[in-house]
Amino acid sequence: MAQINVKVNGRAVARQVEDRTLLVEFLRETLGLTGTHVGCDTGQCGACVVHLDGRAVKSCTMMAAQASGSEITTIEGLAKGDALHPMQAAFHEHHALQCGFCTPGMIMMAVDLLRRIPRPDEATIRANLDGNLCRCTGYHNIVKAIAAVAQTGAGA
Amino acid sequence: MAHEGIGARVLRKEDRRFITGQGNYTDDIPVKNAAYAEFVRSPHAHARIVRIDTAAALAAPGVIGVLTGAALAEDKVGNLICGWMIHSKDGSPMKAAPYAPLARDVVRYVGNPVAVVVAENKNQARDAAELVQVEYQELAAVVDPAATQAPGAPQLHAEAPNNTIYQWALGDKAAVDRAFAGAAHFVEIDLINNRLVPNAIEPRAATAIYDRAEGRFTLYTTSQNPHVARLVLSAFIGLAPEHKLRVVAPDVGGGFGSKIFIYPEETVCLWAARRLGVPVRWTADRRESFLADAHGRDHVTRAEMALDASHKIVGLRVKTIANLGAYMSTFSSSVPTYLYATLLSGQYDIPAIYAEVDAVYTNTTPVDAYRGAGRPEATFVVERLMDAAARRVGIDPAEIRRKNFIRTFPHQTPVIMTYDTGDYEASLNAALSTARYAEFPSRRREASGRGKLRGIGLACYIEACGIAPSQAVGSLGAGVGLWESAEVRVNPVGTIEVLTGCHSHGQGHETTFAQLVAERFGVPVDQVSVVHGDTDKVQFGMGTYGSRSGAVGLSAINKALERVEAKAKRIAAHLMEAAESDVELKGGEFVVVGTDKRIAFANVALAAYTAHNLPAGTEPGLKEGAFYDPQNFTFPAGTYVCEVEVDPKTGGVEIVQFTAADDFGTIVNPMIVEGQVHGGLAQGIGQALLEGCRYDRDSGQLVTATFMDYAMPRASDLVSFNVSTTVTPCKTNPLGIKGCGEAGAIGSPAAVINAIADALGVERLDMPASPQRVWEAARANRTPIAAE
Repeated sequence: MAQINVKVNGRAVARQVEDRTLLVEFLRETLGLTGTHVGCDTGQCGACVVHLDGRAVKSCTMMAAQASGSEITTIEGLAKGDALHPMQAAFHEHHALQCGFCTPGMIMMAVDLLRRIPRPDEATIRANLDGNLCRCTGYHNIVKAIAAVAQTGAGA
Repeated sequence: MAHEGIGARVLRKEDRRFITGQGNYTDDIPVKNAAYAEFVRSPHAHARIVRIDTAAALAAPGVIGVLTGAALAEDKVGNLICGWMIHSKDGSPMKAAPYAPLARDVVRYVGNPVAVVVAENKNQARDAAELVQVEYQELAAVVDPAATQAPGAPQLHAEAPNNTIYQWALGDKAAVDRAFAGAAHFVEIDLINNRLVPNAIEPRAATAIYDRAEGRFTLYTTSQNPHVARLVLSAFIGLAPEHKLRVVAPDVGGGFGSKIFIYPEETVCLWAARRLGVPVRWTADRRESFLADAHGRDHVTRAEMALDASHKIVGLRVKTIANLGAYMSTFSSSVPTYLYATLLSGQYDIPAIYAEVDAVYTNTTPVDAYRGAGRPEATFVVERLMDAAARRVGIDPAEIRRKNFIRTFPHQTPVIMTYDTGDYEASLNAALSTARYAEFPSRRREASGRGKLRGIGLACYIEACGIAPSQAVGSLGAGVGLWESAEVRVNPVGTIEVLTGCHSHGQGHETTFAQLVAERFGVPVDQVSVVHGDTDKVQFGMGTYGSRSGAVGLSAINKALERVEAKAKRIAAHLMEAAESDVELKGGEFVVVGTDKRIAFANVALAAYTAHNLPAGTEPGLKEGAFYDPQNFTFPAGTYVCEVEVDPKTGGVEIVQFTAADDFGTIVNPMIVEGQVHGGLAQGIGQALLEGCRYDRDSGQLVTATFMDYAMPRASDLVSFNVSTTVTPCKTNPLGIKGCGEAGAIGSPAAVINAIADALGVERLDMPASPQRVWEAARANRTPIAAE
């Protein structure tokens, strides 16, 4: 068994889990944070993206034990109470989601993108979404939403 | 209050839970003491099962049970069904072979479930599944639809000699032969419509619970049509009578057709929950999704078109082999027949059409409806032919289409359909103008200067949506009626619940359905809630597919709203001491015309429930239901224009511009409609450029079984789309809605391939137009730039 000590969405958590537990399993099954999704289990679709010490990671390709000692933010921890993060608000305003399944990973990735590149052009946004699959939107409105947040400079 | 009714760009009510991580998908639902299922699947495309040894798996830690096809038979669990009967042209019924949820004697595709291991946790189930020893005797396999009917090909089912399920035909063969005999121009093409994997990002999942005391099942599952699932699981598979089975489809992460069908895994989970006495959960991993979700398309077609001297089409002859895989999935038989050949007239006035379709078994995953279902295949045939014909007779592709458009309505095609309305020239003109079609030659010259081959391609598609008039589909072999139901419950305070048999898995029904209520009753959309996806809440419904929720589902809601309004008006007239004929509902109030007398809708609702002062003979309460059966299909249509640049040195294709002009009839929410088009386009462009399911010819292994091997469209593969609409309201439903969910996937493959073929100056180009294929085609054609 592995001892996991992490801070998730600002709350300290200590749990013992089976050694082979993936970070996404730890979040979803041990902590009940089901907003982080599993779409492919091979690091290809990005539905499982969370922030680990401020950077986007695919939680399906990381062991929970590797994350011990880190601070994790999941989609559930992105809003400040009832106040949505600007990226969440932009996804709503630009209809950047349909079935909603890829959305948490997409939003977490988009926030990370603007942290790294505050003013991306469309091609840069598209290139940086290569690790995230969406089957519903054709990415059109996702790109629009991210560009809109970049425009306001409120992304970080 | 801002306008929230029909036509308003209302932001989605359902978004908040998804953007904050509070969505409620099947795998998110906690169930106490649930066990986990792992399926043991065939590693062979075709093999006899000699022996299954479950002893080691049963002895593994945490294992509750290991179940095989023998146990399934012991419990008399029925086979899966194909619910649409097709008759061959000789009158014989289709040769449907048994499709057991767990294979007992023979496995027929890689991934065919053989056994299920149920254990206390997921890892234990996975570990134990590896301990199930299945001894196979391998058999020769066939995966190619063009080869499976050949003499000496491996035979899949004794019921279907030569692996042939049916040999079906539609149209007048003699008339087509006559038309060809007298024609001036002919074109013929060979087409492959590539096999696709739907790949909703949420994998299929099921949680099955059995309440022994009540003898009652609950199944949470990723379904587009939970009532149909309940019907089939009850009436055909025989697991429980309908009143003892609750099927809930909670938030569902995309469907695209793949979540319509009743599959082995969900069936087995339900049965295992009863047999083993524990709730059973299963969620597919992505490799299982590739192997076990019904695939789409997979047609091999030869098509011929005849034209007269003035370039008018006089005849069309089509021969298609449709690969249905190893077993017949729920609606598989209808896709290459009534959803395909009936659309072969396209947007054109074609006097004679004859289509023959052979459906065949192969050692591959079952094939069924995938976004568009038959209509993308029909559009690809017609629109590739139109380009070939334009080239043959030497006129512009837009002009040959314009010359052949249907211009008067209703129009009876030679292949069953009666188009109610449309204006094909309007969408063509809109698309050409947005795409700056007339100026294309200068863009081509400019690209040529940069060493790029630039091409432009059109597709004028039509589809049949709003499936479907029950009597009509019944006469064509459907096992179900395809009406829709609705119930409108007005609460005493005037808030409204709308219950619908449609299911939303991304389409935004919680918003658009509320918009109809806002339109009619003047109630803000946030005072309306839409209830769907639970057989305990909604009495019955046929679900969501075939772009039917607007045309059929909203029509049912509209009918129930009319009944609510009629009763509310009666009460309002009574309360205002006016004649009912003088009362109108306007902006959320009943008013007596020509007076200042008015009463708010909410106050009428309250009066209906207090029942202190109702007109004589009026029952208390304000709740009405309706069933709506469509009179006809609806016929969305439009023009897509794709512009590409090909790098002849690499074969790389870049889409530089994509324009869509669609006619969906009445539009409830333009924002949502545009989103549907964007997504459909991405899937169609994916089919044309990237996606393609490959089986190894000898071993029958699915080579493209992960996202690393199967190329899904990613953001950098696509562009921002130019989408617009023209409107001719549908004439056969009360709201004028035609439907918009599939158009993008239907029209775009032909537009993309026509554009690349134009760039290269070639006739034949198979999908997906990978860099290798494009490079080879460019080389073969020795275009000046490629040769340098």
